[in-house]
Amino acid sequence: MSQSCVTINQEWDIVAARHMGREKSKELNIGTVDQARIATAISELARNIYLYTESGTICFEAIEDPHHYKKGLKIIAKDEGPGIKDISKVMEDGFSTSGGLGAGLPGVKRLMDSFDIISEEGKGTEVIAVKWSR
Amino acid sequence: MRIPILKLHHYLLVSIQVDLDDQTAIQFQEDLLNKIHQSGATGVVIDLTSVEIIDSFIAKVLGDVVSMSDLMGAKVVLTGIQPAVAMTLIDLGIHLQNVPTALDLEQGLVKLRQELEE
Repeated sequence: MSQSCVTINQEWDIVAARHMGREKSKELNIGTVDQARIATAISELARNIYLYTESGTICFEAIEDPHHYKKGLKIIAKDEGPGIKDISKVMEDGFSTSGGLGAGLPGVKRLMDSFDIISEEGKGTEVIAVKWSR
Repeated sequence: MRIPILKLHHYLLVSIQVDLDDQTAIQFQEDLLNKIHQSGATGVVIDLTSVEIIDSFIAKVLGDVVSMSDLMGAKVVLTGIQPAVAMTLIDLGIHLQNVPTALDLEQGLVKLRQELEE
């Protein structure tokens, strides 16, 4: 299925990414509370890209589960930044290198139904998260 | 973008009706503190009824502005947090524990009066 992407270079792109995420969730008939969860997760992922890397992208893809006839939204956040040295550490609640609230990635994981992260030092990070319509 | 801050007797009233980006949020923090300083307001209600999303950054800015105002001697009450926003904040692990809140603007003003014992 086709992907729509937002490039994250400046602060305003964070708002653009979550608007697109909300539009895509509406198209998939995802409920309003889950729309808020998705928009918030996107905001966190986009802010990570904005704060820690030169630039990156947030892409959206409508997916379908063939067995349950469920529809879902897949979010792919990708950057070519410094990468994450210790993934288990950034997945701990309260861990933050920027002095923020540290809600970042563990928060995103709780907001979404599935969450995968691949990162290589010096190469970049990719987060893939999915929310299914209920 | 600037968020309007209205003065009503000894109170300041703010209704946030835009999708907050980081810059607007920081600007608002500064504007509110300046307005408290200029007006000598003792209480502030920030109404969030129209806010559809609060992420960790915006939550931090709001929590901080409550503490900052407190340092200056003004009490802040946040009102009208939407059900979806409340659920999302708890999922994120943000509890805003020391932040006074109320259901709506009216309850917010009642709460301010109680807090300020007026």
